[in-house]
Amino acid sequence: MDMKVSKKKLGLKEKYQHMTRGLGWETTYQSMDDVFPFVKYEGIKIHDWDKWEDPFRLTMDAYWKYQAEKERKLYAIIDAYAQNNGHLSVTDARYINAVKLFLNGISPLEYMAHRGFAMTGRQFPGVGPRVACLMQSLDEIRHAQTQIHSISNYNKYYNGFHEYRHMLERVWYLSVPRSFFDDAVTAGPFEFMVAIGFSFEYVLTNLLFVPFVSGAAYNGDMGTMTFGFSAQSDEARHMTLGLEVIKFILEQDPDNLPIVQQWIDKWTWRGYRVLTLVGMMMDYMLPKRIMSWKEAWEVYFEENGGALFKDLARYGIRPPKWLDQIEQDKDHISHQAWATFYNYAAACNFHTWIPTDDEMDWLSQKYPNSFDKYYRPRLEHWREEAKKGNRFYNKTLPMLCQTCQIPMIFTEPGDPTQICYREVDYKDNKYHFCSDGCKEIFEHEPEKYIQSWLPVHQIYQGNCFNEGVDPTAEGFDPLAAVLDYYHLNFGRDNLDFEGSEDQKNFDEWRGMATKNV
Amino acid sequence: MSKVFIALQTNDDTRSIIQAIMADNPHAICNEQPAMVKIDAEGSLTVRRSTIEELIGRDFDLQELHINLISLTGHVDETDDELTLSWNN
Ligand SMILES: [Fe+2]
Ligand SMILES: [Fe+2]
Repeated sequence: MDMKVSKKKLGLKEKYQHMTRGLGWETTYQSMDDVFPFVKYEGIKIHDWDKWEDPFRLTMDAYWKYQAEKERKLYAIIDAYAQNNGHLSVTDARYINAVKLFLNGISPLEYMAHRGFAMTGRQFPGVGPRVACLMQSLDEIRHAQTQIHSISNYNKYYNGFHEYRHMLERVWYLSVPRSFFDDAVTAGPFEFMVAIGFSFEYVLTNLLFVPFVSGAAYNGDMGTMTFGFSAQSDEARHMTLGLEVIKFILEQDPDNLPIVQQWIDKWTWRGYRVLTLVGMMMDYMLPKRIMSWKEAWEVYFEENGGALFKDLARYGIRPPKWLDQIEQDKDHISHQAWATFYNYAAACNFHTWIPTDDEMDWLSQKYPNSFDKYYRPRLEHWREEAKKGNRFYNKTLPMLCQTCQIPMIFTEPGDPTQICYREVDYKDNKYHFCSDGCKEIFEHEPEKYIQSWLPVHQIYQGNCFNEGVDPTAEGFDPLAAVLDYYHLNFGRDNLDFEGSEDQKNFDEWRGMATKNV
Repeated sequence: MSKVFIALQTNDDTRSIIQAIMADNPHAICNEQPAMVKIDAEGSLTVRRSTIEELIGRDFDLQELHINLISLTGHVDETDDELTLSWNN
């Protein structure tokens, strides 16, 4: 980069002071409580909003300059990718399915993050946090737009990318990431900041972006690498903001501690559950593996998160709850998730497969305590059955966890052969949970979570068929009707990778790219 | 002592920045990964403007770091001359 650095009139700290202080005022025509109606009900006490400091001290002039530079770099690469058929340089076409998961399941959350920070910024009476929320809100809409734009690198060529917006509100597994963000934006402003700014951005986002985006580069996908790193370049700022939020709230009043602690417990667990999808992508969907989910967890959660919580101990914060279970789960969740998608591949907008022998050996080596004992035999069995023509696609709808909305696929802490079930009776109904964490989160706010839109319940209630469909008609095929409602094309978007149109096209196009035909 | 880290994209802009960080922080460890570099350091890590400027032969604004930054941990303390990451333990 060759950017002229002009002589500064003010130092960074002075400039930040001038741009973020003294801009607010006490309202008189309307009471402050009416102007900022959500800032007190969560119980958080703030005495001095000016104590807020943004460590990066970014102001809008610098913000536009650097964001513009990021956009120029991003679009130069997107153009180059399109012009050079970049999609044909990926390791193998199975990889594209990881991108499907990302662009369908994660990118729309960027838009919700944008809305969340815009709403939250509006609710804070302090100028410092308001400016910080404004910038993050702008960052997030940039992420949403660049990622939506990036879909065009793939949807011209591969199936399953055609209707991310329609699918987000309908497809069963997409309710997992979607409900996570919906849960956060329907919380109060302080909870949103702890949920997304701290627990998600600071504690968990490295696991989403860093190994996965580096993995995209490793698998030859410059398109994903470039939107991923472009988004991630804002992330360091978001993480710093997330940490600042926690320190600010805790330093303002000792009464804030128990409220914040409960949010940290809740949102670390909620985010951790969503990341199951990322674990599966890393262990099963990247043809060239970069690091295992377990290794990424150890570096980015145990090591970094450990340092963070040791640091926050001076405020009385302890590490998030259920860590003992999380610690055991790292050997299992990616395998359990892939097995589930392999089972339900008929109802997915991406393809599944059984790992090759080499890939299974890699998994054995990375998961010496679990893979050969619990997961390899099952995969080999399924492979044998498929070879004999008995590929089994599960058409029975699974029971979902009321909180995280993931099917009940996780196992008991301490016993990976036993599915974990928890239940709660509340107002004449029984609610089901995948874990103690999800159960406790529900018990704390039952009135919120009884309203969850659970895809399986909705299908059984008849709410997931197109208009005019008669479920009582003879020969009614519920799966076909649900796929129609999802706008998912049977035989093109779903089922195994082996034999798919994606596989066939990729082989043919790659052949054309290297030979004269 | 807890570790802090800074991760940068691997490219032409960051080569000198990484070199400067490594020169100013002899205790740091540089890990090269696909398309990125992650620098880990016990306790704290400092990015110094003057060292970068010497290497690139032009003025450098520390906020230019944002363009190629991937991630970091620790408390951030930034002035016009230095950016320091640290934990209080
Ligand atoms: Fe984002
Ligand atoms: Fe759950």
